[in-house]
Amino acid sequence: MSTFVLLTITGLGLGAMYFLIASGLSLIYGLMGVLNFAHGAFLTVGAYSSWWLSTQLGGVGSDVLRFLLSAAFGLLVGAVVAALVELVLIRPLYQRHIEQVLVTVGLSLAMVAWVQATWGPTERVYEAPSWLARTTEVFGARVPNDRFVEIGVAAVVLVGIVAFLRYTRYGLIIRAGVENRAMVTALGIDVRRAFTLVFAIGGLAAALAGVLSGVYFGGSIDPDRGTSLLIFAFIVVVIGGLGSIMGSAVAAVLVGLVQQYANYYGSEYLDFSVLGDLSVVLMLAITLLVRPSGLAGKWSVAH
Amino acid sequence: MVGGALRLALRLGLAAAAFGLLAVVPQFSIDTHGVFSSELNSPGTLQVLALMLVFGAVALTYDLLFGFTGLLSFGHALYFAVGVYLTAIATTRWDWTLWQALLFTAAVALLVPLLLGAVSLRVGGIAFAMVTLAFAEAGSKLVNQNPRGWTGGEEGTAVGNLPDALVGVLNTKHLYWIALGYLIFVFVAVNWVVDSSPGRVWQAIRENEQRVEVLGLQPFRFKLMVFVISSFLATAGGVVYALLIGSAGPRVTTPAFTLALLLMVVIGGTGTRWGAILGGALYTFLDYRLVEWSDKAFIRESPDLIRQPLSEPLFVLGTLFILLVFFLPGGLAGLTLPGGRRRGLRLLEQSVRTEPTTGTVEDEADPGVEART
Repeated sequence: MSTFVLLTITGLGLGAMYFLIASGLSLIYGLMGVLNFAHGAFLTVGAYSSWWLSTQLGGVGSDVLRFLLSAAFGLLVGAVVAALVELVLIRPLYQRHIEQVLVTVGLSLAMVAWVQATWGPTERVYEAPSWLARTTEVFGARVPNDRFVEIGVAAVVLVGIVAFLRYTRYGLIIRAGVENRAMVTALGIDVRRAFTLVFAIGGLAAALAGVLSGVYFGGSIDPDRGTSLLIFAFIVVVIGGLGSIMGSAVAAVLVGLVQQYANYYGSEYLDFSVLGDLSVVLMLAITLLVRPSGLAGKWSVAH
Repeated sequence: MVGGALRLALRLGLAAAAFGLLAVVPQFSIDTHGVFSSELNSPGTLQVLALMLVFGAVALTYDLLFGFTGLLSFGHALYFAVGVYLTAIATTRWDWTLWQALLFTAAVALLVPLLLGAVSLRVGGIAFAMVTLAFAEAGSKLVNQNPRGWTGGEEGTAVGNLPDALVGVLNTKHLYWIALGYLIFVFVAVNWVVDSSPGRVWQAIRENEQRVEVLGLQPFRFKLMVFVISSFLATAGGVVYALLIGSAGPRVTTPAFTLALLLMVVIGGTGTRWGAILGGALYTFLDYRLVEWSDKAFIRESPDLIRQPLSEPLFVLGTLFILLVFFLPGGLAGLTLPGGRRRGLRLLEQSVRTEPTTGTVEDEADPGVEART
């Protein structure tokens, strides 16, 4: 029982990170039709920026303060890099979707290679407040505290994005842009500003996932972190239904849980520790056979 | 008609001449002036050349999917890896002869893409790209997991039971000829299928899938067909690669390797037969040689900020690729096509944008015209 609780909460923590990545991917795809391959690179760059600042801060303040400061810096870098990428590389290729995908592919390779060249290919120790590494007892299971932070952050981001889309003027423009971009433009609204904004939000969420992944994976970051998480985020986006935030959230939870359960029980009873990863791919295959447009089944945002 | 026949004869002649020239390379001991690390027919140079030929051909198999049919797959590496790993596993872990291994690999090379293609082709466009990526990732995880000790995990596994003519440094030229033979085989096969009647349907699917459907043809069948053919040819490339390297390593299963194939095709020029081959060869050449060049004095003495990224081939190739997409979207082949510079990628726009579930009148618009702006 206690193992099951631990697996559930850990799975939810993993799902939380998938959601943070998938939400940005989904928003960007929904609004602009761009499959952003560089999203994993945003994550890696955000995580490394945050790690870099934490090494510079040395003994300033308490460990919680250092963590918060460096996390905030990582998020800022993630958002700025993403906005710059949109402005400089994506915008000139407006409406040329293939070329946009290709540019993000090239960017993902180049950015990860750059991180690897600058900070080395091996993993770096990511300093987090000691409280996060301690455990709390839930139904007899000793759950590491960071899991709760990941789940909480993802829930806040989910509520925040939905509220932003429903109740703000820019949210309205984004939702309208997803439905019919030509009409919004015809009404004299500059949709392109919404593009940059969506990229910045996506970059910020990805960097957040990067920082949290540093804590989740035992206090370490490595250059390939972004790419490996990105693939599962892609799976989440397809299972959830391209362009749907709620679909992504549900799919992220499902994928995170299935992966954790199957990985654990697979290695425990079958001596096969990648059962979880394979199950997730199988889930994707079944979704496509039964419901090719994904769980949400509609091609829209925030419904 | 006469003009067409003449052009065909000219093209055949050019191809034969090029392949003939490549075939006699191992006979010449020419100084390469630092382009390669040693003379033209030294085993080291021949191996790099052979790899360039193999990847040129594999890039062409990818172009069959991407450039000719408009299917953006991110999982092509999986089928290449099937060839690499089955050759190694069958000849060492199961101790089969090379011929048995080849027969078995050929059977698997038909079955796996038939199965996975049938599932992933249920969706189109971007979703198809993501699904193929997921399948490739599953393969990658499986290889790293090292089930039954077959794949050797991160270490990889060697190829065994090779005939004497393929073993040893002095026999590199035989492997080079095998690689050339593979390239010619793929080149002839792709030329043949592209000009066949299913080949015309593939190109029609690339241009406008709905119209193909309206004409009473089932795009799914044709897409599955091209998927299986292209994957089968890629698996054959994996076999040649395994023989050439003498082992199987997890590098060929990574997402980065899949993306590299895409880069090769776009660098060379999508939907052109020569372009993909050139792109694959050039990419491989740079990938192997950039590391050594970055050790040259003028780079070694430059500040860290410049030196470090330049020592990563993927940084240089990725950046080069972005510049190419912006300034030469037709790839290298686009240089030879006056006025057709943008053609390659533009043709593909529509096929990837058009989702089967959301087909609207808007999708009928000419992809070159920016309908929604």
